[in-house]
Amino acid sequence: MDTDVGALTIIFTEFYYWITVALMFLIHIGFCMYEVGASRRKNHMHTLMKNSMLIPLVTVTWFFFGWWIYWAFAGGPGITGGIGHPGGDFDFSVASYPWSREMGPNLGADGLGGRITGVFWAAFLLFAWTAASIVSGAVIERIRSFAFWLFAILIGSVTWSIDAAWGWSYNGWMVELLGYHDAYASGVIHAIAGGTALGILVVLGPRLGKFRDDGTPRDILPHNPWLVCIGLFLIYTGFWGFYVACNVPLATTGYIDGQLTGVTQTATTIYLTPTTLSAITVNFLMSLSGGMLVGYMVSKGDAFWTYSGGLAGIITASAGNDLYHPIQALVIGGIGTYLMYKLHYWVERRFKIDDAVGAVAVHGYAGFIGVVIAGVVLWGHPSSTYEGYALITPWGQFVGAVIMFWVLGFIPAWVLAKILASMDLLRIPREIELLGLDFASDRDREAARDDVIAAKTAMV
Amino acid sequence: MSTTPIETWAVDLADVTYIYPWVGFEVAMTVFAVILWLGWHVWQVKHENQTYEEEAAKYGTAEHLKKGVEEH
Repeated sequence: MDTDVGALTIIFTEFYYWITVALMFLIHIGFCMYEVGASRRKNHMHTLMKNSMLIPLVTVTWFFFGWWIYWAFAGGPGITGGIGHPGGDFDFSVASYPWSREMGPNLGADGLGGRITGVFWAAFLLFAWTAASIVSGAVIERIRSFAFWLFAILIGSVTWSIDAAWGWSYNGWMVELLGYHDAYASGVIHAIAGGTALGILVVLGPRLGKFRDDGTPRDILPHNPWLVCIGLFLIYTGFWGFYVACNVPLATTGYIDGQLTGVTQTATTIYLTPTTLSAITVNFLMSLSGGMLVGYMVSKGDAFWTYSGGLAGIITASAGNDLYHPIQALVIGGIGTYLMYKLHYWVERRFKIDDAVGAVAVHGYAGFIGVVIAGVVLWGHPSSTYEGYALITPWGQFVGAVIMFWVLGFIPAWVLAKILASMDLLRIPREIELLGLDFASDRDREAARDDVIAAKTAMV
Repeated sequence: MSTTPIETWAVDLADVTYIYPWVGFEVAMTVFAVILWLGWHVWQVKHENQTYEEEAAKYGTAEHLKKGVEEH
């Protein structure tokens, strides 16, 4: 901050991430609208609160340990390094303890560990909310709030943070050894969230009445399809903030480090590999379009699946949207949407999985497929600017996708679901599910309304 | 006396680091916040279990269940 250019760079970077946080808030609003619209009226207020309360719970746990995990676990620990994240003579993990002085307002260092730590912390936190919110929609109308909030903390402040340290960090071991490339989080947010949702759903079971005796599914209608679509529209909007937050806006070669030469400044991905804001803007729109076009076609014009297709299109192309040609982004978005739609119904029929909003498909399958496709399309591209890091390959990406969906997504959620189910703390009582979670509060509201009407009637 | 490390702004900002109150008490504040967080979950699970028990006892009759089912 001691030169004008230096100060402008720091303040611009701080403001840049702040804007992304405000935009990403819309993702959460969108998820709430989407999920509430998809629920039946007798459950909708409970559904709203289930999702809303993950905001404070993931936030405080992100402060307590989620942020620290990101900075501490890049090397495994024990795979390419121990606990910690040296940045020159500074260890970011030490600066990320909840009791570290760098976590409070300070004017010390210019970068991380200094004045801009808070906005970077918040941008990562909003990713954590997104991951947890994706899971929320799949399990509506029968999970206990207590249980869901533990799952939200699990993915929001533990498993996503680990996967980001491993595969969404410039020195993560997956990047170094596997050449893992997932610039806009097909795997590190979406595949893990889909895997987590599936791990819970397998134990939680379907909503009462979802499947006929012969195993075929019934359609449990959303109480407000319009609200569902507006929610998805808002998620699109917030997704702009998500994409932009995945970049480092302005970096010199001195900051980027590695083998780059010259003095040219550029935006970079989280891996500190060069890209541009223009590239991701065009590819975001092209992959959205590919997804919507195919979603409309494969669902024969169904609004829910067309909007979901747009989301799945972006999610599929996200792993490589820093590098794809726009037409590649378009086609990849379409392929992912087609496959996730078919997989959703196949898994529903074959395994009796009741995913109320298609979250496992839109996020999990599309994310997994997107990571794998990136391995083929970007085969041989350097994953890093650092010497000795693996190149991007199909097998590295496939292993990465398995780690995201199954190892860090499905398995921890399944284990926690089993534990909670054994304590009868996973699913709401059968009577409450039949009545509806809002049944009692609806009766209270009716009584309050009747009381006022009676009082006013007496005045007439 | 000041609760923050700053007693005057007649300083060179290059020498200023932390500006929040109670510097040095971060561990105690963290312990306090963690207890609050865990305590919230304990309260919440008890509250949720009790709510379901009460609602099931009050509305678990065939008549109410039928009404709930008819609401889709």
